[in-house]
Amino acid sequence: MGAPKITLAEVEQVARLARLALTDTEKEKMRRELDGILTYIDKLRALDTEGVPPTSRAVPTTNVMREDELKPSFPREDMLANAPDRAGELFRVPKIIEE
Amino acid sequence: MLTGLSVHELGARFRRKEATPTQAARAYLDRISALDPKVKAYMTVTADRALAQAAAADARFQSGAPLGLLDGIPFGLKDVLCTRGIRTTCSSKILETFVPPYDATVVAKLLAAGAVILGKLNMDEFAMGSSTENSAFFTTRNPWDLARVPGGSSGGAAAAVAADLAAATLGTDTGGSIRQPAAFCGNVGLKPTYGRVSRYGLIAFASSLDQVGPFGKDVRDAALVLQAIAGHDPMDSTSVDVAVPDYAAELEGGVRGLRIGIPAEYFIEGLDPEVEAAVRAAIETLRGRGAETQSVSLPHTEYGLAAYYVIAPAEASSNLARYDGVKYGLRVPGARDLIDMYSRTRGAGFGAEVKRRVMLGTYALSAGYYDAYYGQALKVRTLVQRDFQRAFERVDIIVAPTTPGVAFKMGEREDPLQMYLNDVFTIPVNLAGLPGVSIPAGFTQTGLPIGLQIIGKAFDEATVLRAARAYEAVTAWHERKPELTP
Repeated sequence: MGAPKITLAEVEQVARLARLALTDTEKEKMRRELDGILTYIDKLRALDTEGVPPTSRAVPTTNVMREDELKPSFPREDMLANAPDRAGELFRVPKIIEE
Repeated sequence: MLTGLSVHELGARFRRKEATPTQAARAYLDRISALDPKVKAYMTVTADRALAQAAAADARFQSGAPLGLLDGIPFGLKDVLCTRGIRTTCSSKILETFVPPYDATVVAKLLAAGAVILGKLNMDEFAMGSSTENSAFFTTRNPWDLARVPGGSSGGAAAAVAADLAAATLGTDTGGSIRQPAAFCGNVGLKPTYGRVSRYGLIAFASSLDQVGPFGKDVRDAALVLQAIAGHDPMDSTSVDVAVPDYAAELEGGVRGLRIGIPAEYFIEGLDPEVEAAVRAAIETLRGRGAETQSVSLPHTEYGLAAYYVIAPAEASSNLARYDGVKYGLRVPGARDLIDMYSRTRGAGFGAEVKRRVMLGTYALSAGYYDAYYGQALKVRTLVQRDFQRAFERVDIIVAPTTPGVAFKMGEREDPLQMYLNDVFTIPVNLAGLPGVSIPAGFTQTGLPIGLQIIGKAFDEATVLRAARAYEAVTAWHERKPELTP
């Protein structure tokens, strides 16, 4: 067995970046599974891609423009209807600024 | 029975006044009540709406002014497509109560064509999976063997057509999610060219790969549904403004002189011998109808899967950042602060596979790994695309197995990597943005369907469908139905 592709500390760091709360059991399972997947994905490195341009989408489109016309947007009530917590016409979230 | 008919046969009965849309809708709703407890294709059944839509269609037929070939036809929709006023869950706890304020463009187009919407269909959570076992709610069963999976991620959409629980359905295909379940359930599943069909209102998984397409009981049905949903949409700037041909008109053109490529890389160790035999027999059938075959090479096929499992998770990690518990969806209460609220909501709201892919994508995009993983995967994507371009200089279509094996048993594939390997023959098509269809091409000794994949040039769905129809016209696999009793 070679060195692990990903450590538990890295799993915790990536979970922080991804805003995912994981239990300790989930973290260890995630480490093991990501290790297997990353080992498989490593086969990409065997390919010589010197001078090969990247393809980010199969059908290239650039700068799709439209007329800057005034159009109605969705009604405010429709947009708030799915809010898990609202205060009148606002989405309510936990406090982010100290008083 | 009205529920056994194809879209075009049912439409013909409506036009001949031998049946009404209300009779068809009732027949389907009754069958759903009787059989869906076993098949579990539907997340949500919208019976009242369906009957109201059917009554409106009845009136149009009575007044002699139906809207077209889809008027009054009962459809099911994968629960990834937004439906105004109807819960759209993506089979995820994080969207369990989400009711979209608008219709996806494909849904609006079906409704404008007079379609009756029976309900929303189960899937792997956020379309991530190959079996519907990743649905946060339940696993859909394969109508041919209820102990087996229907495939995924559009498993509900495939099973509903196979079990006659809808006349036709819409699914989505990011790495094979239409073609693989179509193969497993023995029906026709078409992934159009990337850009052919609008993605507006399709809840995003991997935006450079996602595409909406139909499941049908035969090739003509797939062509009719594609006709209704194809075309440029100003609301999706990646949809392409190219002419949409009359697919049904070209369907019976045959394959005489058509050049078919057989990719050596799709006939590899691990391919089920029964699948291989069926696909090779199908190729002989097409030759018998006048097609010319030659071998082609797609040398980067084996790297496609690895590239996909960087690119799709990378895009997913970005797309799924929107599920933050603020504007819609689940919120876990009792958080210390905003970040804690995000993390706990996402930790509780996403299932294991979604978390795995968000983690993989975040890792592949993070500082220090971006070039080695994401950058390299995008270059490999170019190589996969060039393989197809080279092959299509010499051939008109490529024919191959849809999947290495047939439908597997529920719970049989525990290891995520083993599950991913199931998509090895469908993923390159998504990376290259090409159209591909899976059609029934036989059954195993044990009675499980086998799928034949036909891949075409970009925006050449017409040739793909014509070849599929040429095969279907001289075979009867698509007429076989699973035995289902309440």
